[in-house]
Amino acid sequence: MASMASLPARTKSREPVALHAHAMDNLRFIRETMESAGSFTAIPGRGGILMGLSALSAAVVAAWQPDLARWLAVWLAEAAVAVLIGAVTATQKARAARTPLLSGPGRKFALGLAPPIFVAALLTFVLYQAGLYALIPGTWLMLYGTGILSGGAFSVRIVPVMGVCFLVLGAIALFCPLAWSHWLLAAGFGGLHVVFGALIAARYGG
Amino acid sequence: MPRQSAVRQERRTAPLSAAETAPAKLDRLIHERLRLGILSALAANESLTFNELKRLLKTTDGNLSVHARKLEDAHYVACTKSFEGRLPKTEYRLTSAGRKALERYLDHMEALIHAMRER
Repeated sequence: MASMASLPARTKSREPVALHAHAMDNLRFIRETMESAGSFTAIPGRGGILMGLSALSAAVVAAWQPDLARWLAVWLAEAAVAVLIGAVTATQKARAARTPLLSGPGRKFALGLAPPIFVAALLTFVLYQAGLYALIPGTWLMLYGTGILSGGAFSVRIVPVMGVCFLVLGAIALFCPLAWSHWLLAAGFGGLHVVFGALIAARYGG
Repeated sequence: MPRQSAVRQERRTAPLSAAETAPAKLDRLIHERLRLGILSALAANESLTFNELKRLLKTTDGNLSVHARKLEDAHYVACTKSFEGRLPKTEYRLTSAGRKALERYLDHMEALIHAMRER
């Protein structure tokens, strides 16, 4: 608009200016309406269910492992699988709703989730080196919960609620021996994902 | 200088003609605010009930039903009526024709803005 004002006065065609402003206004209106429609979240519920199921199987496989390094490797592989599932299903959902994945809510979520995940990766490495395996599940659960909580702060309420559940499980896991916290991992990344994924899929557009 | 003014001349005529043809190509059915609102809200939701739409778009029963009916007649939205207990429940969802129409409208608006930026 500013550039329009600086044009010489003899460009008298005011109509295109009005059309242009009107088009901007219309796009803004569409976006605001879609956002305030509210019962939509860019977070894929079906993706949550799949992530939960893969975490549950990972928990079983990890429990069989003879040593802790392998136990850790199984969970790290599961993390990679989960990221893949999340990315694919989020893209599908965004495409179905014709909301570009990284615009608006999707970007807010990704930006909120990324820092805690980065911290979790670093801490995992440090805790592994120090041999403090028992602290790893609690760290993962709490940092993932933090990411969901901050990323989902502007999403539908169910998302931050899931984040809080992860935080609570993580806090318990920090004070548990590894034999227990292993199953808390399963309850979190498996159970919470399945339950909340199903709720989101049913109520918030897939 | 003369060349520049020729360019300006050309630029001046181009958007003018666009301005003249645009309303003709524009989907008048969607262009209306409330109908645009209905389609946008449905684009972000699997389905919405009459009351949800009414609350969301801050409008009246009469207004909403008139405009929703127009969209229904154009097959842009599908409407299902059912009962929840004893209360009638009217549910709307976007049809694929409606989604396409909204996409065309979005493209149209984007093109208008784009044309203006290039000037």
